[in-house]
Amino acid sequence: MSVLQALDIGLALLAFAVAAWTIFARGAFAATVGYVVYGLLLSLVWIRLFAVDVALTEAAIGSGVTGILLISAAARLRGGETAGDEKSLSGAARLFTAVLCALVALALAGVVLLLPDQGPSLAPQSMQHLPETGLGNPVTAVLIAYRSFDTMLEKVVLVLAVVGVWSLAADRYWGGAPGEARAERPEPTLAFLAQVLAPLGILVGVHIFWVGADEPGGAFQGGAILAAMWMIVMMARLTEAPQTNAFWLRLTLVAGPVVFLTAGVAGAIFAGGFFAYPPGFAKSIILFIETFMVLSIAVTLPMLVAGPPRREPRQ
Amino acid sequence: MSLISDLFSIAAIGAGVFFFLAGTVGLLRFPDALSRLHALTKADNLGLGLVVLGLLPLSDSLLAALKLVAIWALVQLAGATAAQLVGRAVRRKGSAA
Repeated sequence: MSVLQALDIGLALLAFAVAAWTIFARGAFAATVGYVVYGLLLSLVWIRLFAVDVALTEAAIGSGVTGILLISAAARLRGGETAGDEKSLSGAARLFTAVLCALVALALAGVVLLLPDQGPSLAPQSMQHLPETGLGNPVTAVLIAYRSFDTMLEKVVLVLAVVGVWSLAADRYWGGAPGEARAERPEPTLAFLAQVLAPLGILVGVHIFWVGADEPGGAFQGGAILAAMWMIVMMARLTEAPQTNAFWLRLTLVAGPVVFLTAGVAGAIFAGGFFAYPPGFAKSIILFIETFMVLSIAVTLPMLVAGPPRREPRQ
Repeated sequence: MSLISDLFSIAAIGAGVFFFLAGTVGLLRFPDALSRLHALTKADNLGLGLVVLGLLPLSDSLLAALKLVAIWALVQLAGATAAQLVGRAVRRKGSAA
């Protein structure tokens, strides 16, 4: 057994152990921390599987954004969390849940073990047509060219999620700003971090988006980093969340899907197919679409984290 | 030349791993939150710093080396901030009790 194999086995065992710990952790906060660690371990697993794009997404979305959503939920629940909640499920229901989960896990394990050695793959075709898109990263080609309709719909789902979160607001707060107001004196430590990190993070986010055309990276990962920078600045209370009825905010939220869909319809008229790109212009169109998607993602994720409006709208 | 730089890498990364190990042991064994925090920051700071130092001769280009140093600096910034915040929370909790 080589050193790398031993490391891989160790990594897999560690991921399993952290997953189990997340399930058995007592408090919601501890379970969330376990989940974030589990996500970071998973991104290492993806790197070992040579799927760097997936690793970046797992670290940014699976661990980062989901983690902060869960932590804010845990913090909000903390007041109401009591020992009595533990007993809310009866023994039989718990057993039933455990058996069901175990069955799903066994079925998944069976499918993985029964996979043929040489699975069906579209990878050769994907690589063959890569030059036509002008891109160097096949993952970006799959996302924005081959399966662009799926990606567009994912962005629509994100917008719907924001609408869902905003709908939780009380009527009098509709259109108001979520989160807390800008502080007169922000917490100095967090404010320092936000001031130093945000300019660097914006640079890194734009870089990751831009290199996504040819190397691992892309709109989702870059947008998530930009989103994180805005979240940090809001958390440090150097700035406050915008009013949810602000026109620029709503425009930016839908810009990604709108531009994407417009490009798709334009393809139907000018290039002979819904979401077809005219030859020679594919890369420019793809980057144009991605630019607006980055903007939308960078605004959508902080709005999801900021939660429903909690202050009355200013006129 | 390559032998010397390899030996340097091994020594630096080994020392870095030692600091990570010591930091982890401290995190598990130290009695209260502030001293555990103290142990943990050594792993971030010296441990990662030495690992990065050891990786520098192995990097392909100057840009890659600069990226490694930038990662270390960013982890320093994040680690120091998190340590400050945890420390403050511990002190607030202590004074309330």
